[in-house]
Amino acid sequence: MIRKEMIAMLLAGGQGSRLGVLTAKVAKPAVAFGGKYRIIDFPLSNCINSGIDTVGVLTQYQPLRLNTHIGIGIPWDLDRNNGGVTVLSPYERSDNSEWYSGTANAIFQNMNYMENYNPEYVLILSGDHIYKMDYEVMLDFHKENHADVTIATMPVPLEEASRFGIVIADENKKISEFEEKPKEPRSNLASMGIYIFSWKVLKEALYAMKDQSGCDFGKHIIPYCHERGQRLFAYEYNGYWKDVGTLGSYWEANMELIDLIPEFNLYEEYWKIYTKSDMIEPQYLSANAVVEKSIIGEGSEVYGTVYNSVVGPNVSIGEGTVVRDSIIMADTVIGDHATIDKSIIAENCKIGSNVTLGVGEEAPNKLNASIYSFGLVTIGEGSVVPDGVSVGKNTAISGETGKQDYPDGTLGSGEVIIKAGDSI
Amino acid sequence: MKAIGIILAGGNNSRMQELSNKRAIAAMPVGGSYRSIDFALSNMSNSHIQTVAVLTQYSARSLNEHLSSSKWWDFGRKQGGLYVFNPTVTVDNSWWYRGTADAMYQNISFLKKRHEPYVIITSGDCIYKMDYNKVLDYHIEKKADITVVCKDMAVGEDVSRYGVVKMNEDARIIEFEEKPMVSKSNTISAGIYIVRRRQLIEMLERSAEEDRWDFVTDILIRYKNMKQIYGYKMKEYWSNIATVESYYQTNMDFLKPEVRKYFFRDEPKIYSKVDDLPPAKYNVGSDVRNSLVASGCIINSKVENSVLFKKVFVGKNCVIKNSIILNDVYIGDNTHIENCIVESRDTLKANTYYCGENGIKIVSENNERYVL
Repeated sequence: MIRKEMIAMLLAGGQGSRLGVLTAKVAKPAVAFGGKYRIIDFPLSNCINSGIDTVGVLTQYQPLRLNTHIGIGIPWDLDRNNGGVTVLSPYERSDNSEWYSGTANAIFQNMNYMENYNPEYVLILSGDHIYKMDYEVMLDFHKENHADVTIATMPVPLEEASRFGIVIADENKKISEFEEKPKEPRSNLASMGIYIFSWKVLKEALYAMKDQSGCDFGKHIIPYCHERGQRLFAYEYNGYWKDVGTLGSYWEANMELIDLIPEFNLYEEYWKIYTKSDMIEPQYLSANAVVEKSIIGEGSEVYGTVYNSVVGPNVSIGEGTVVRDSIIMADTVIGDHATIDKSIIAENCKIGSNVTLGVGEEAPNKLNASIYSFGLVTIGEGSVVPDGVSVGKNTAISGETGKQDYPDGTLGSGEVIIKAGDSI
Repeated sequence: MKAIGIILAGGNNSRMQELSNKRAIAAMPVGGSYRSIDFALSNMSNSHIQTVAVLTQYSARSLNEHLSSSKWWDFGRKQGGLYVFNPTVTVDNSWWYRGTADAMYQNISFLKKRHEPYVIITSGDCIYKMDYNKVLDYHIEKKADITVVCKDMAVGEDVSRYGVVKMNEDARIIEFEEKPMVSKSNTISAGIYIVRRRQLIEMLERSAEEDRWDFVTDILIRYKNMKQIYGYKMKEYWSNIATVESYYQTNMDFLKPEVRKYFFRDEPKIYSKVDDLPPAKYNVGSDVRNSLVASGCIINSKVENSVLFKKVFVGKNCVIKNSIILNDVYIGDNTHIENCIVESRDTLKANTYYCGENGIKIVSENNERYVL
């Protein structure tokens, strides 16, 4: 096997439970983004654009969509004779079989995969973020500093710093202290969950901590390396980076793409984002269609009005329907004369005619007010909403709903319909 | 598999005017996201034909680039594959392809090496969907030597640029005239043929001995009384794009719901090279009506009854009407375009006016692109 200088391990096994019904059937990295992509496309494209051609993708929660999407890695040019992309799922062993119990534990369970390539460096990534980053520049930084571990960091507003893992570094960016979600942060450099380890250091740390339950990079491995006096450095990143972990931030990140010249620009020639596209057909806008301030995916047909929205591929929007401030994912069909306001509609849904989504006053969600807030209507994959019903704000719908699920034809703000067989 | 495929994609035609200056007709962009040859290639792939040869000659760069990977049509296989044959100089031949039959004759070793009994010949400049196996079954059932796929054109339509055929009640072709001034029938040859491989080799070798190089005039027409040549009528959509008018009309056909459904929604699908472009973006001021828009476009103004190919940028306060804008065109602010075909990779300056007064105007400016 040809030795690889750096391989990437991409953690894509998390559910992303704060995305509610959106991740009921798919892992968070497989959630659609920006009218064409899935979240995992960003780190995968970053890898190939940075010259990393060996990527292990660790999956666990609902991996089918991810596996289908990644395949043998053709869209990212990661179909290689030597290296390429490999999907790594938990497997059974003669002793001590277990699920991935933490980020570092998942990596530890794939020790053989990494040893195959015997790299000098291992890049640890997560499949949860929207950003463009040249990992090669980070590797150069790692080498220059003769670091054992380099943590990618970015400055965040001090008042928000307590939500992140915070590093305290000296003027040479050498990390002196590391705090996970501190109450009183002493620095505004937040860890982005992207690490470069020198392979020997990583291997040693993983073996040393192998009995730690739920072994996690932020909580266990980084502190362990720090205690052992290893050289930890903070690489400062200043570009666009968005955690799309909540419905609010997911919605916001999509909406930011609509700006005239968005901060995160998908139209740049350089640093393309690649994805598996099943649809290549052009989109059609009818004689009565009105589309402004929106992004529309391939093969969609618009007969109504779309304003300030992100619409995925192969979507149909009926005559007289008005879609505003919403995200509509692939293969969804919306009937005629519907009004869709500030909604997130997942893939392959059927929204009936004369449906009104996002009406009335906000009310806290009765099932989970912290997930379903921001005034959004969230509709899970494959759901059906019958003709003529109206749905309030901070609501969630999942499954094939019928008229009987909507007393008086309405679902009030803060209400939830989750059909049997579907979980959140 | 019972057949191999040959796609004739070498052609050029003065009736395409400036449009064919930079590419073979088979490489013309069609329907917003495709190139003409994608239709023949996808039909081959969807008919489970594993081995396909594309014969190219004229301005083949754009076509070769499009065919640089065979994976899009699923021909990247160990069994069979996609072969592109350009004319080459050899010890005993220094000619270009002198005609369609010569193009095949010069690659006769490819035909001889295969083992499949039948050959399906089609051209790269026709837009249609077809399961060739149905024609092959018909060919076998009729015990035909050659089967020609035919299409009835609308009564009154000018068929003088086609091969016009007349069949008897048994569907045998009894008359075949190439590009007649006055035609006796409105049934034309769709340029799709099925022939037994050994039969084809024999006819090609014989024609070559006689210095005859055209498949239609020197083989089909000459052999029509001697060999059993049958017509197979297709009723579905078929269009040849080899003139500016028909190219324009074919693209405009995709604005019709039934044509879109047939090509975009109904299985099997048409495949093309994937370009990894972001989805189309509509900014404030965009007003797009009855139009097709491909990926990578950014639109800031009015577009009506038009087809925008990939990566078109439309500036502010423009009006684009009844036009076809090919790939990667930049249109500056306040530009008016009506009844035009704008050549790919073009840059139109701000405050300009283009209008096809009598028929379609082809716009090809070759301006430098300063912006973007």
